[in-house]
Amino acid sequence: MKKTGSQILLECLRLEGVETVFGYPGGTVINIYDDLMDSPINHILNRHEQAAVHAADAYARVTGKVGVAFATSGPGATNTVTGLATAYMDSIPMVVITGQVPTPLIGNDAFQEADMIGITRPITKHNYLVRDVKDLARIIKQAFYIARSGRPGPVLVDLPKDVQMSSTTFEYPETVELRGYKPTVSANPRQLDKAVKLILAARKPVVYVGGGATLSDMSDELMEFVETIQAPVTTTLMGMASFPNTHPLSMGMLGMHGTFYANMAVTDSDLLIALGARFDDRVTGKIATFAPDAKIIHVDVDPTSIKKNVRVDVPLVGMLQDVLPRLTAGLQKHGDELREVIAATAGWRQQIVTWREEHPISYKQTKNTIKPQYVIEKLRELTDDDAIIATEVGQHQMWTAQFFDFIQPRTFVTSGGLGTMGYGLPAALGAQAAFPKRQVIDISGDGSFQMNSQELATLVQYRLPVKIVILNNNFLGMVRQWQQLFFDRRYSQTCMELPVDFVKLAEAYGATGLRATRPDEVEQVIRQGLETPGPVIMEFKVAREENVLPMVPAGAGLNEMVLAS
Amino acid sequence: MKHTISVLVENEFGVLPRVAGLFSGRGFNIDSLSVAPTLDPTISRMTIVTRGDNRILEQISKQLNKLIDVIKVIDFTEQNFVEREMVLVKVTADAEYRAEVLRIADIFRANVVDVTARSYSIEATGTPAKLDALIELLRPLGIKELVRSGPIVLGRGPKAWKSSE
Repeated sequence: MKKTGSQILLECLRLEGVETVFGYPGGTVINIYDDLMDSPINHILNRHEQAAVHAADAYARVTGKVGVAFATSGPGATNTVTGLATAYMDSIPMVVITGQVPTPLIGNDAFQEADMIGITRPITKHNYLVRDVKDLARIIKQAFYIARSGRPGPVLVDLPKDVQMSSTTFEYPETVELRGYKPTVSANPRQLDKAVKLILAARKPVVYVGGGATLSDMSDELMEFVETIQAPVTTTLMGMASFPNTHPLSMGMLGMHGTFYANMAVTDSDLLIALGARFDDRVTGKIATFAPDAKIIHVDVDPTSIKKNVRVDVPLVGMLQDVLPRLTAGLQKHGDELREVIAATAGWRQQIVTWREEHPISYKQTKNTIKPQYVIEKLRELTDDDAIIATEVGQHQMWTAQFFDFIQPRTFVTSGGLGTMGYGLPAALGAQAAFPKRQVIDISGDGSFQMNSQELATLVQYRLPVKIVILNNNFLGMVRQWQQLFFDRRYSQTCMELPVDFVKLAEAYGATGLRATRPDEVEQVIRQGLETPGPVIMEFKVAREENVLPMVPAGAGLNEMVLAS
Repeated sequence: MKHTISVLVENEFGVLPRVAGLFSGRGFNIDSLSVAPTLDPTISRMTIVTRGDNRILEQISKQLNKLIDVIKVIDFTEQNFVEREMVLVKVTADAEYRAEVLRIADIFRANVVDVTARSYSIEATGTPAKLDALIELLRPLGIKELVRSGPIVLGRGPKAWKSSE
């Protein structure tokens, strides 16, 4: 039977197991939206295409499935750009479908035309312009395969209106044939043996875990590996929650706002075992003084990540699903040596405890002003272990990383690589759409929140009970912090002069608004907020000039931390 | 250091800007680039001359391989290869220098492909260094216009790349 392009698209999505799509209609996707009325796929109407893409991205982060978003051509499509770049930097599997003007008009500067293939080429894993309806099913099949395999990433499919309207016989291909795309799954056994030898020889090992551990759902295997060698663990922002921060071997995050002990341990280590991490500049600080005495084992599915920023002694190109269990098994074969290693590294573990006691992650509590860190600590106390926390970008994001002890994988949703302000609210929305029954919280600052606050309308419309915590300091806090520390307190354009009444804003959208201005009100507001059905804004008026510490200044070495203001 | 790499790609719409965009987006240099379909019409072969140290070259090669449309990347730096480039050059050929232009062309086994009363257009093939030498000799005689193809390369010996690999 013949089907139109728009019917084929929706049928392909159904066959890929897509249940929920986020999007925004328009002239060049009107056919898809018409056919959507007859499809079992749920659609959530966001209030901005950027938010739709962030929601799809977060849906993917919490479920592990491919997130899907729709947008119309021209401005609708260009609004997806920040969402695509965010997902690309964090390797999130996503397929974004954009409408395009009819093929005969492409290149004519037609109404709502934008060259999306050109625009999104550097911020997608791959992209397609569908020029013939006969190619559509194959392209959708490939798009999903590319998005989820190897190092995952977003794929954009640009679908001209006339292709949506023309018909062909529908047949969904069973397999994908891409001669130029064959991700390496299995690591080289000789390199694996070398890695085992290095681990057995190390006396000051550190396991450095990145987003790859989350993306590959390797938390259990990671735990087994770590407990086998009893090495301390530090995670990146993206790797957080893949290893429970309450574990005695957890050192929390490393890098610019990492813990003193994680940064000292990395600097002093003799072996760094990098698992699905990419040695980003926010992690390494000055390369010349990064782990100067350490051998480096680097496991990553993407060969371009290896030796891009740092020298590597043992590269292991492969999926963590393949490498981690083999590495653990390889080590367990050396039972006696392993026991010696564990005994010989006891001093190293003790050294880390000492560093931690010297400079724990801490803040000074005050009587009359709410400290933002206190709100996050209280929030951790009062939320479920499987609560999903989304953040925006800035100080509140770093405090969340430092003070919210994540325990379960895929419970922390944040824009790590691109650092996208305005990500958190739509991300929380996408996470809640995936798990309507779980607690979903957006931890936000007053600056970031206002970058996508229109999504309050979406939350209310779909009865998505996201709780929004706004740590309001009336500043763009992270930039203000840099201005304080490096620009002599010249606060250029970082003060949000006009205070917004967030309680009234919530009410205007039909949500609930709560506010705390004193430390003794914090717990009550959080309790009430969590118990109130539907979306809630909890606004906390926090200390205005609080800094995120420790801090490694840009360009400094990890051991050159600013520990106090 | 100069490197010559061959990139075998899907002969499809939009592949060239993916490759070119990768170089510009990551700050890699392209000295020259030439591209045309291979014996298998679904595959095009690009020859790119680029510069960089070993670390940069490793990144270029890995990043190219990461592109979905790239089927194979061959770096010729470490192996023996044949390299040829073509130049078309339009030279002023007034009465007093007409014979000199032809003599130089002859020495370089170049062909005259267009003649007018005041100019010769010459076609020459060879290594880039040979073409540089030819151009240097023609320059004082008055070069009006010049176009170079950028080199193309092929590995020496019986081994060859096949699309079924």
